[in-house]
Amino acid sequence: MFRLETAENPQTLRRIAIEPLTRVEGHGKVTLLLDDADHVHQVRLHIVEFRGFEIFIEGRPFWEVPVTVQRLCGICPVSHLLAATKAMDLIAGYDRLTPTAEKIRRLMHYGQVMQSHALHFFHLSSPDLLLGFDSEPTRRNIVGVAREFPEIAKQGVFLRKYGQEVIRHTAGKRIHGTGAVPGGVNKGISRAERDEMRRDIDRMIEWALSAVHLVAELHRAKPEFYDHFGEFSSAMMSLVAADGAMDFYHGGLRALDADGGTIFDGVDYGGYQQVLEEQVKPWSYMKFPHIRSLGPENGWYKVGPLARVQTCDRIPTPLAEMERRKLVARGEGKPVMGTLYYHWARLIELLHATEVIRDLLDDPDLLGSDLMADKGERRSEAVGVIEAPRGTLFHHYRVDENDQVTFCNLIVSTTNNNQAMNEAIRSVALSHLDGKTITEGLLNHIEVAIRAYDPCLSCATHALGKMPLEVDLVDAEGTLVQRARRNMGPAR
Amino acid sequence: MSDDATFMLDGRPIRFEAGQSILQAALAAGAFIPNLCHHPEFAPHGSCKLCTVKVNGRASSACTTRARAGQEVASDTPELNRHRRTLLQMLFVEGNHFCPGCEKSGRCRLQALAYDLEMLNPHYEHFYPPRPIDASHPDVMIDFNRCILCALCVRASRDVDGKNVFALAGRGTAQHLVVDCPSGKLGDTDFAATDKAAEVCPVGAILPKRVGFAVPIGDRPFDIEPISVQAAHRPQAEPRG
Repeated sequence: MFRLETAENPQTLRRIAIEPLTRVEGHGKVTLLLDDADHVHQVRLHIVEFRGFEIFIEGRPFWEVPVTVQRLCGICPVSHLLAATKAMDLIAGYDRLTPTAEKIRRLMHYGQVMQSHALHFFHLSSPDLLLGFDSEPTRRNIVGVAREFPEIAKQGVFLRKYGQEVIRHTAGKRIHGTGAVPGGVNKGISRAERDEMRRDIDRMIEWALSAVHLVAELHRAKPEFYDHFGEFSSAMMSLVAADGAMDFYHGGLRALDADGGTIFDGVDYGGYQQVLEEQVKPWSYMKFPHIRSLGPENGWYKVGPLARVQTCDRIPTPLAEMERRKLVARGEGKPVMGTLYYHWARLIELLHATEVIRDLLDDPDLLGSDLMADKGERRSEAVGVIEAPRGTLFHHYRVDENDQVTFCNLIVSTTNNNQAMNEAIRSVALSHLDGKTITEGLLNHIEVAIRAYDPCLSCATHALGKMPLEVDLVDAEGTLVQRARRNMGPAR
Repeated sequence: MSDDATFMLDGRPIRFEAGQSILQAALAAGAFIPNLCHHPEFAPHGSCKLCTVKVNGRASSACTTRARAGQEVASDTPELNRHRRTLLQMLFVEGNHFCPGCEKSGRCRLQALAYDLEMLNPHYEHFYPPRPIDASHPDVMIDFNRCILCALCVRASRDVDGKNVFALAGRGTAQHLVVDCPSGKLGDTDFAATDKAAEVCPVGAILPKRVGFAVPIGDRPFDIEPISVQAAHRPQAEPRG
């Protein structure tokens, strides 16, 4: 049983519900159960939406699937496009891409990571970090950041724009393009396009490095708060290149325990079901994946930037590796676990993405015209995995002899982080809400913890500080004691 | 300026040859009249009604109305374009046309016309008809979700391929495309990917397999120019997507 997952005698406790939390293109809620002395006994992040993509692509032709499933997300569609296409490469009989095709896909993906990370940090999270978690809510947004820190806001906007332009050049559109098709890519990169992207990349690297330093300074200035907010121990998992380097596009699965010891390494992701298992819980539509050998109690893990910078042996670009070492050093030999480290790690990855983009733009293979690989033996089942901006993303398909999809299983980053997000808000509830009167600022502490994991959650609010929240304090008889509302429209 | 072989289309003189329809003459002159079931290689079908114009004040299908000297034809009018948008909206809601995931996007005449006529929403409630796809043929699939009953495949298979693979069955809202074989499956017919019927579909209903999305966004025919502009620029080769 997890700490604070299920209270022993819930009927004797008061229930606080934060509902709706806006989440990945949908809704979630947080519930807390407290006793009369305001001590927290139960905290749950419930995911109450149902998407259904796995079902409604059944029967569709396999080459259509990557373009359709990318509509799962408006922030990281490229990740879904590429994960699905990697699976369909194998279904269609393409085992190895041409160098040009793989590099164009990598360029697209690192552009995606760049824009998504920039969006998450600057537009969605920097208001909390720069203006204060409980600062005036009407100013705790990107406009407020632009007012107080105009240069930082400008750099954030342009970093994101640059990533979007990389996607446009490789996928044809900034959002929901095509680009990757089974066997390769449908669009080459012209010299003019390459030169256009090359023109600004050095400035992007410079700004990304500044952003890393900005967050590092926040930790340095308030280490007790920043290092330990939402802290809990967990295993970590990501793809890692064969040589142990960070790689967002391809690699083997590696999982480390909370002390940094290896749980598994170099696992071919095609066999992910041999090392991972998904558990269903009655109070959430989102499954709880865990490492099979450790079971559901001990085998849960976290994914995404904070996992990746610590599961890899190194980052294969110099500036990002230098910054990674500074972050890792904070753990003094053990992995760092504070939730706010996610932002620091995310910006190191943003820096890495800019460096990779520069290197790809300087690679002559990028301008090649050999876009499609030679076709080999078809398969009826395949898995595609990629490191999406917010974590490891699994796409698993079966396709029949008529080319129609018969089975699909998606484990998206948010799902991988399900238990971790629950642990994060339990940690925050204990350290910040326990025994206190509910305030908007305290509600935002929970948002801050969730937001650190899943930018889609905060993205879907459309405007920072606008996330609709309603917290009811109800006594054991069900009588409403106190209600705190924010952005819920007229009181009901 | 009117003479024996000229009619007026929206105030512009259009010359025609004997036997041409108003639509044929207009397209040949680079004057676009919206159309879906028309194909220059086949006899007119007159079913989609997108090409409805007013000839001397009376509504007629431009594809089935002979061009005659001195006709006053109105096509690009707010009233007719409003009716055309309504027809397009009904076509969209009667089937399952999900452009974001459709490989015909950017090459689809239904989508191109909807853009061209500024159809901003489906307006009507979607029918969401349950229509499974037929992927039984090794090289070509039929996605019945997107069929608009233009009968171009029927005409091509009958008139060019000599196979009669397709027919329209049922009436009214129950009308649907059928495949002529006991199983009703395309894979059980002598249909071939090289048939004319495999290339005439104006929407994403009849598609070659495993080649979807080969053309990048930006290079697809209707990415480059709207369908009406293309018709004006290349009157002899009306865009087929």
